[in-house]
Amino acid sequence: MWHSDLLKGVLLVLVMAGALSVVTSQNQARKLFVALQHEKELAHQMEVEWGQLQLEQSTLASPARVEKIAMKKLQMQLPKKEQIKFIRIDRLSSPDNEPKQRP
Amino acid sequence: MKYAAKDNNTTKLPGWRATVLFTVLLLGLAGLIGRAVYLQGIHDDFLQEQGNQRFSRVLEVSAHRGMITDRNGEPLAISTPVESVWASAADIKLSDPREAKLDARQLKQLALALGMRASEIKDRLSDSSRDFVYLKRQIPPEESGKVASLNLPGIFLQREYRRYYPAGEEFAQVLGFTGQDDNGQEGLELVLQGRLAGKAGSQRVIKDRRGHIVEDAGSLTPPKPGSDIALSLDSKVQHIAYRELKLAVQEHQAKAGAIVVLDAKNGEVLALADYPSYNPNNRVNVSARAMRNRAVTDEFEPGSTMKPFTIGTALNLGKIRPDTVINTENGAFTIGNKTIHDTHPETSLTVSQIIQKSSNVGASKIALSMAPEVLWNTFNYSGFGTHTGSHFPGEAVGKLRDFKTWRPIEQATMSFGNGISVNLLQLARAYTIFADEGELMPVSLLKLNQPVIGRPVFSAKTADEVRVMLESVVLPGGTAPLAQVAGYRVEGKTGTAHKLENGRYINRYVASFVGMAPASSPRLIVAVMIDEPAGKEYYGGQVAAPVFSKVVGEALHLLNVPNDAPLDNVIPPPAEIIKEEV
Repeated sequence: MWHSDLLKGVLLVLVMAGALSVVTSQNQARKLFVALQHEKELAHQMEVEWGQLQLEQSTLASPARVEKIAMKKLQMQLPKKEQIKFIRIDRLSSPDNEPKQRP
Repeated sequence: MKYAAKDNNTTKLPGWRATVLFTVLLLGLAGLIGRAVYLQGIHDDFLQEQGNQRFSRVLEVSAHRGMITDRNGEPLAISTPVESVWASAADIKLSDPREAKLDARQLKQLALALGMRASEIKDRLSDSSRDFVYLKRQIPPEESGKVASLNLPGIFLQREYRRYYPAGEEFAQVLGFTGQDDNGQEGLELVLQGRLAGKAGSQRVIKDRRGHIVEDAGSLTPPKPGSDIALSLDSKVQHIAYRELKLAVQEHQAKAGAIVVLDAKNGEVLALADYPSYNPNNRVNVSARAMRNRAVTDEFEPGSTMKPFTIGTALNLGKIRPDTVINTENGAFTIGNKTIHDTHPETSLTVSQIIQKSSNVGASKIALSMAPEVLWNTFNYSGFGTHTGSHFPGEAVGKLRDFKTWRPIEQATMSFGNGISVNLLQLARAYTIFADEGELMPVSLLKLNQPVIGRPVFSAKTADEVRVMLESVVLPGGTAPLAQVAGYRVEGKTGTAHKLENGRYINRYVASFVGMAPASSPRLIVAVMIDEPAGKEYYGGQVAAPVFSKVVGEALHLLNVPNDAPLDNVIPPPAEIIKEEV
């Protein structure tokens, strides 16, 4: 009958080990979940920051602001018509670059 | 009694009593087991629910509103989270000095952090029956951080989204705005609400005693963030259009103005601006007048900008040719008891000259040579009196009366845009007929990814003939030499219409110009409307045409459109520009 007792013993040990592993994995799952939650929160924060940066960028780069700085601070101005020259890539080789006005 | 007790002690108890006791205990046990089975097995929701209430929480997962961008992806409206500070007045019990949770010092700290007066906060918290009182809504993260660090009882922060419009006043009317709850209230924000709005999801989690989330107990509904939408508008073109419009309205001391820039090829709206405008990021004290998107929600009598449609109808029918000479009666033409005048009287003009010099008499005579129904059909097919399809809230469809009610004088005046009213977007759109070989294009405020299909109104030949006439308008001898652009051939039509007040025409005007460029193959259609210019100048050719010229010139450079004229093409306008008025 000794081997029947041994079987019981082994089973008991297995049951205990199983029970403990359930507890450990549960604990691990919770830990991982907390970490996941943390990362999600981080992702969300980054998304928020991305939105704010986009907002900031488009505010700083708005045509109205760029124009104001160019004119007031850098003393730039729109080219006058004498200063404009049209260049056509497809017609660079031909000597006549200017289109003719309709008669 | 003593005896009886003694007797009882000595007598043996009857056997049935033990049986009864045993049975009662057994029944009790069975009852307990039954109850346990009932609670744990058969009817377990009650306990389950009680348990869940103690550790399981349903969290709302917020979803943000989609971004509105221009056609090149530049953000025009972005939602970013802000915090609102609220208090539970019922918890704080400020009315009862003995139980109050906040003392005077704490109130002062809070007031300092919020930038409010302590008395103001006290006022809001005075009603102790209220569980939820906003102290200050939508404050920036730095301020909310200060409030959070105070860690006061009964004071809470709530995350909300706030909409920001980086382009400010330039896009104010067309974009509209959202309310406190981030729902669209005006403009495109309202039109696109269904697609922009995010749908908050919910998640069930298990929290521990300290409020930390320890386990995900299953997602109920995932959050659905709103989609980002690209408009057809181009923020650079919009900026040019708004800047020039603003300058013109201010220079001519006008009441208001509007401008529409269309892509001539597919009817996409590249710019749509109004002045006066407002800052959508700070809507305190903004008048309803400034919020109105005049280009779409206001209708006006277009005046001479309608003439090309009248002439086009007659050309299309083969009734006239561009060089047909019309007797213009020395500038005065009487129908019934009303007389139509020309500002520049001539004895006779060719059809081309009628457009170039904007002759009311000539246009009336051509209109009267056709059946009312024919003219009405053109106006109707050109989109007047019907929605443009922009889906803008509060769009004014304008007035185009049934031709059956037209009297001859009305038919005559309608030929030059009196007795009919339109909105600016309709007018700009109608000019796609001339730009696109006689086909009316749909308009769109959203970026298009596929080609559009036009609806034929005139033959391609008619459209070309009208365009040649429209180009003569900007040349010396026409009403709009100030519309010329260096390096590009342009074409267009001026309008100067008396305004109606209580059914009578008064000496206040709407000056307008609708034009296209480059004339060799139109890329842009620009319509400008200036309401009540109060300076010396009020003609469309003086007030609106220069705006067209500046906007078109810059926009064509911006869009890399090759020039179709030498750079010295601008012919200085004569001292006296031909004026027109209806």
